Amino acid sequence: MYSQTEIIKDTSDTEGELVINVGPQHPATHGVLHLVITLDGETIKKIEPHLGYIHRSIEKMCESLSYRQFIYVTSRMDYLSSHINNLGCAHNVEKSMQIEVPQRAKVIRVLMSELTRIASHELWLGAMAMDLGAFTPFFYAFREREMITEIMEDTCGARLTMNYIVPGGLMYDLHPDFQQKVKAFVKQFKHKVTEYEDLVTNNVIFQNRMKGVGVLSKEDAISYGCTGPVGRGSGVHCDIRKIFPYEVYDTVEFDEVLETAGDSFARYMVRVREMNQSIRIIEQLIDNIPEGDFQAKTKAVLKPPKGEFYTRVETARGEFGVYIVSEGGTTPYRIKFRSPGFSNLSALEHMAKGSKIGDLMATMGTLDLVIPDIDR
Amino acid sequence: MELTEKEKAQNEFPGEIIDTPGGGIVVSSFDGLINWARANSLWPLTFATSCCGIEMMSTASSKYDFSRFGFEVARATPRQADVIIIAGTIVNKMGPVLKRLYDQMADPKYVIAMGACAISGGPFFYNTYSVVKGADHIIPVDVYIPGCPPRPEALLHALISLQEKIKSGLTREQIRQPKEQ
Repeated sequence: MYSQTEIIKDTSDTEGELVINVGPQHPATHGVLHLVITLDGETIKKIEPHLGYIHRSIEKMCESLSYRQFIYVTSRMDYLSSHINNLGCAHNVEKSMQIEVPQRAKVIRVLMSELTRIASHELWLGAMAMDLGAFTPFFYAFREREMITEIMEDTCGARLTMNYIVPGGLMYDLHPDFQQKVKAFVKQFKHKVTEYEDLVTNNVIFQNRMKGVGVLSKEDAISYGCTGPVGRGSGVHCDIRKIFPYEVYDTVEFDEVLETAGDSFARYMVRVREMNQSIRIIEQLIDNIPEGDFQAKTKAVLKPPKGEFYTRVETARGEFGVYIVSEGGTTPYRIKFRSPGFSNLSALEHMAKGSKIGDLMATMGTLDLVIPDIDR
Repeated sequence: MELTEKEKAQNEFPGEIIDTPGGGIVVSSFDGLINWARANSLWPLTFATSCCGIEMMSTASSKYDFSRFGFEVARATPRQADVIIIAGTIVNKMGPVLKRLYDQMADPKYVIAMGACAISGGPFFYNTYSVVKGADHIIPVDVYIPGCPPRPEALLHALISLQEKIKSGLTREQIRQPKEQ
């Protein structure tokens, strides 16, 4: 935290400036992010994010865990898309050891990833609407999200931190009710998306608060490394599922949602339309889960060869990269995670500079930050 | 449905209500009345550091809805909150902040440690250099909830346990020490 003397020193240099702390305990930071904001009246002059309030040293921990064990820690990084985090790590190990995953496991992995993406976007919708002062969308969004967590609980045994996708395939086979429950969810969800649109998207107050706020141009999005809905809201073609298809994403039909405005409303629209695309993927795959093994035959102890390996997957927030340096032993020599939230947060100052402090919440809400993902 | 003895005791008003024409007379002790009122209007602080915060949001939302039990308004400022639910890992950098939040809360204040991380460091107990191994190293905890993350039902159970604890009117030290007299 900033001590009193530092604040006095900072403000004495420039006339009329005010330094305020947002966080680490602040409802709009969605966790424990700490922003030091320099204000001139109501206008933001500078934003300095302070990280580390939830730095759990996950990368260092992974160095002392075996290739099967470290998967569980990654669920707790970006806990809203834990399946996709597990998938990214499992991919890396499979790539290094050249394990061929059975087709059934591949399809189930995609299904789970897309369900997680919907659950994550639903939570974002509720939380972001709450940041802007609307409480009802939170309850609406959680109503459908609970259906997904139930599906997850049936198959994976956990509601949030699943640890279901492991190197070589899946932990267990699907629950017998899986297909039926997913179909029921898809049927209900399709109606509800229009409900969200009526309630939130077409709301004049909401549109006025979102349009033209936190504009990020395409060039800036590229130079800051923004990926996911933040990058696509600015028109950057950055969907890993399209550029470097993994699993069965090259066989299913879906559109990469692109908006060009680059403001908060564009990022909002990307996420809402992405939910529809995820439903489209689920509909194509739910009846076509092939029979067969859910796990490839692997050795009990995984020992990838010496070398450096990088894989990437598309989480609900953007590109999630896993970089592993292997010395040929049972534990990785070094692991580096490229988390989407970190790059997206770095663009915050650029987006919010010169705008009013009230608009900061709209900008931050659409960044969809998960702080443990940034701090790791 | 028949209520169990425990549920009856919970619903009971701490005192005697004597019906008289045109109203009623309540005979009770102030302590009992105050504890009863306190227990049924606990305002939690929205303090979520990591994954457990999502389960806390689930508990607040449509399906589980903890406002049924008197946890109606989640407050963002510690000055208006009665109970702090530590939902998530506390790391060394966050420790002083948690202490400060606790100090800013008005008495009487209660603490619930939600999830393995807040109890003992949980999955981050070994091989890490930055995690506080249990929030009770920093502030005193009233109720612990195991799980990673705990189910919303577990959080509801913990909140109801806290209410019982408050209604019984004992201090933290009295509950911990076995009765001698």
